Amino acid sequence: MQQLSYFELVGFGPNGWGWALLTATGMTLAVALCGFLVGSVVGTFVAWAKLSRNVAARWLADGYTTILRGIPDLLVIYLFYFGGSAALSAIGSLFGAQGFIGVPAFVTGALAIGIVSGAYQAEVFRGAYQVVSRGEIEAARSVGMHRWLMFRRIVAPQVLRYAIPGLGNTWQLVLKESALISVTGLVELLRQSHIAAGSTRRPFDFYITAGVLYLLITWVSTYLFQRAETHSMRGMRRAS
Amino acid sequence: MDFAFMRDTFLQLIAGVPLTLNLAFTSVAFGAVFAMLLALMRMSGVRVLDGFARAYVFVFRGTPLLVQIFLIYYGLGQFRPTLQEWGLWGFFREPYWCAVLALTLNTAAYASEIFRGGLQAVPHQQVEAARACGMSGFLLFRRIVFPIAVRQALPAYGSEIILMVKATSLASIITMMEVTGLAAKLISQTFRAVEVFVVAGAIYLILNFAITRIVMAIEWWLSPHLRRPPSVEPKLEAAHV
Repeated sequence: MQQLSYFELVGFGPNGWGWALLTATGMTLAVALCGFLVGSVVGTFVAWAKLSRNVAARWLADGYTTILRGIPDLLVIYLFYFGGSAALSAIGSLFGAQGFIGVPAFVTGALAIGIVSGAYQAEVFRGAYQVVSRGEIEAARSVGMHRWLMFRRIVAPQVLRYAIPGLGNTWQLVLKESALISVTGLVELLRQSHIAAGSTRRPFDFYITAGVLYLLITWVSTYLFQRAETHSMRGMRRAS
Repeated sequence: MDFAFMRDTFLQLIAGVPLTLNLAFTSVAFGAVFAMLLALMRMSGVRVLDGFARAYVFVFRGTPLLVQIFLIYYGLGQFRPTLQEWGLWGFFREPYWCAVLALTLNTAAYASEIFRGGLQAVPHQQVEAARACGMSGFLLFRRIVFPIAVRQALPAYGSEIILMVKATSLASIITMMEVTGLAAKLISQTFRAVEVFVVAGAIYLILNFAITRIVMAIEWWLSPHLRRPPSVEPKLEAAHV
């Protein structure tokens, strides 16, 4: 068998894995984005609980962030993957279904990433909320704004502004964490590279390619977050 | 919850703790040395060294650790004949050394930024004071710059150690049977994900809690200037002597 050159291997030719890798990159982005969004929702509620006056809510939220930040993400993924499948199978057997029902790997991945990144995003949102000046919230209250309206018009836009750098970091984490979803069999970038490496016996070429694609995503998203930050800070006077 | 099952699970998982700690501390120790080198390279002002350190940090922080592990463990297998020729194959054949190498290279990237922050935060006056006393070079670094930098970098470095303890779980994917590896095996044997998860999670939390306490203790030990002075009992009669 004649050796393919590196560019034939990862290119879009007849023997190339280019399309497969590109699709897998799309899958990585999709699962990371979904996980990030789930995490934003979770994070918002946890941050809210942390800031509330209710002791039980605060306590629960603190426990949540401590636990999720203290145990490996891989364990959380295993929990969702195996635990979710076991729960589904149990529910299935109640309705007379036979045997094992697996949770779709995409859903498992997005939920697991969301639950973990929610813990990090909660801290980001909490920090950002504390920067929003008390006076503005009091002013909003004094003109008779209700909670939701105040959240939508006053709190959320400002929290988001201060949270952008922190969110950039969590996005970075989420993106890297998405590689762990490959253990559940979801064909994202790392999994696809693994498959390609196995079938061509050229593991180094494929893992290097995967690494470069991850770097590319990181690079583009850093740029986008920087753009978002300067955009959100327009009209603000900066300290330095 | 089945407590008898959880007790058995705990006894089985605890067997993985030595390997988890071994991986974490070996790579943190090697990583710290490498990170110090990288931090000094960044601050050296030599363009080539600075560029190398920057690129290194960018690459290792920008790619998933699992990719790095796969690249070393599976990827280098592609060059097996060359590695055998160089006598390095014995090293790269072992999943343990591959995991340690990947974790070391990874933590070095993160830690070098922490160390750089610490080194740059050393007050200039203190360096000048030391120079005025005639200290310079390695002695200045060892006695003044390094201890102050370590003190300032320690809180962030503590988080990095915690992250490393968590990161060792990825070694389970290349067949290392540390806590997560044993947990995954148990789950696939028993299909009781929740119980195994609770026990494994508790083990990691205990480990990380212990590490945070140790780091806090070192921090306390390194910062005598922030401690309250020992209270002196007032002695009434001594005032007249």
